[in-house]
Amino acid sequence: MADNQLAPYLPILMQLLIAAGIGTGMIVLSAILGQRKYSRMKMQAYECGMTPTGDAQHRFSVKFYLVAMLFILFDVEAIFLIPWAVVYRDLLKIPGAGLFGFWEMMVYIGIVLVGFFYVWKKGVLDWNTPELSEGPNE
Amino acid sequence: MMTNELQYLSILPELILTIFGMLIMVLDPLMADRASRKPMGWLAFVGTLAALGATFYQGTHPVAGTAFFGMVRTDAFSIFFHVVVIVIAALAILSSLDYLETQGIRSGEYYGLILLGTVGMGLLSSAMELVMLFIALEISSISTYILAGYRRRVAASAESSIKYFLLGSFATAFFLYGVALIYGATGSTNITAISQALHNNHISSLTYLALVLMFVGMGFKVAVTPFHVWTPDVYEGAPAPVVALMSTGPKAAAFALMLRVLFGSFGELSQWWLPLIWISAALSMTIGNVGALLQNNVKRMLAYSSIAHAGYLLVAFAAGQDMGIAAAIFYTATYAAMNVGAFAVVSHFASRGERYVSIDDYAGLGRRSPVLAITLTIFMLSLIGIPLTGGFFAKFYVFSAALKSNLVWLTIIGLVNSAIAAYYYLRLIVVMYMKEGDDSVTLVPVPVATAAALLIAAGLTIYLGVMPGGVLGYALLGAQDLMR
Repeated sequence: MADNQLAPYLPILMQLLIAAGIGTGMIVLSAILGQRKYSRMKMQAYECGMTPTGDAQHRFSVKFYLVAMLFILFDVEAIFLIPWAVVYRDLLKIPGAGLFGFWEMMVYIGIVLVGFFYVWKKGVLDWNTPELSEGPNE
Repeated sequence: MMTNELQYLSILPELILTIFGMLIMVLDPLMADRASRKPMGWLAFVGTLAALGATFYQGTHPVAGTAFFGMVRTDAFSIFFHVVVIVIAALAILSSLDYLETQGIRSGEYYGLILLGTVGMGLLSSAMELVMLFIALEISSISTYILAGYRRRVAASAESSIKYFLLGSFATAFFLYGVALIYGATGSTNITAISQALHNNHISSLTYLALVLMFVGMGFKVAVTPFHVWTPDVYEGAPAPVVALMSTGPKAAAFALMLRVLFGSFGELSQWWLPLIWISAALSMTIGNVGALLQNNVKRMLAYSSIAHAGYLLVAFAAGQDMGIAAAIFYTATYAAMNVGAFAVVSHFASRGERYVSIDDYAGLGRRSPVLAITLTIFMLSLIGIPLTGGFFAKFYVFSAALKSNLVWLTIIGLVNSAIAAYYYLRLIVVMYMKEGDDSVTLVPVPVATAAALLIAAGLTIYLGVMPGGVLGYALLGAQDLMR
């Protein structure tokens, strides 16, 4: 009885095992096969591109915030695609709708792309633009 | 259920504004950094004209009815408010064109944000779903948060933007919480469905809590006491043309939202929310007018005056009935015309860095620039409510509706307040005409775009004061559509 109830979860268990297997496999293999070159930089604690030690009260580049904001924006926008993809076949079956569901999503993606184009052209995605720290306006 | 093509007609003004807004966002990065952004401004102006045309098309063709599964409704009410907010946006753009040049702001996004914000304001008057209304509220608010901070080098502007953003998102959270609770209480977020549920079923105590929370959110957006404290600081720091926009556009739209929610959904509970409106109206009028008496900065003075005017508007809410709602709708239109005009004058006169914004700076303006002084005088007289200006009929309709509904005390408070208000508006006129000014500073002649904005605003103010019948008739149609 208990077997039957848990049966639907078997794929999840398999996925867990495969994921764990690949993860540990990669670490073990690179430990065995990989070369080791230690440097001062490499032995420091990892801190997302910042110097990990010293005073925390210094100015951060505004890029950190821009990247974080853009990530959230595009992340949330991309998530909208998932429910659409799930019900897409049913959307086609609505009488008289035709490809309405398809084109609606194309419009949405178009709007997201306009945002992407804007961000790109404004140079937010270029990491090395010193003049941008002064701002594009004024 | 309408066919798909007709459905799009019901959001045509919003579609046009969105397309123009996005077009500006795409074109702006392609322009040279140092290039003037005036062409973008004109493009945005064309966008508002196209949207206005679309709204008139809606008004003259049979598009009326709900669309998109009851999400939006096109009727006289929505069309009236669309015209109001789109005209406000157009006038704000006109008075921004040269203002931005003077302030050295080169940014096409400014105009894009105005257009996209107007999309939200328009939807606020046509959406029939609380969730949709919430999204519209956010669209209009977030655009104005950013616009408020556009004088980037000025600390006051950043302060204005941050204050508006923090308090504004706090207030919208209240509104959203109210929406969630009303969904819990009635099982729907549709305006008419809620009204039916309240009519047919037992009214749970959750409903009252939801109503109060939504009232807090809406009260903040229209800046009525006790949710008004942000107004003076935000208006003082924000660029003057942006204040012209945000003291009228989002406010008119939020009043549309308030009318929809209070009369559309909670009409059943009017006995219960009436005291809230009564108290809020009396406090707004009094605090707004007394606060304005003490100001030396024109923008702050007009900020307090806007609180007071929101109070007069609430009197019309309290009056209720078709006549009260029509008076409220008429008042938003009139207030928009005169206030946008007043801020257009302030925008031009402020000069580089908004140097001249204190009342004393206006000394001698009557001689230095007769045109500016006369137009500002028209707007001030209208704000007082002198006959032959729109402000007179706006107040007249509000108070006669209030008297018809036996709100004698509220009417008395309102009339006393109108008398107090006359003092600070007249003070500006007196300073302009009867005080010696600093003639050493030469005034820049009024640019064409600003002159057009002033002419339209002054024309509308006088038109509403001489022939209010047509607009009032349309407001009445809107009121009947709302109550239907």
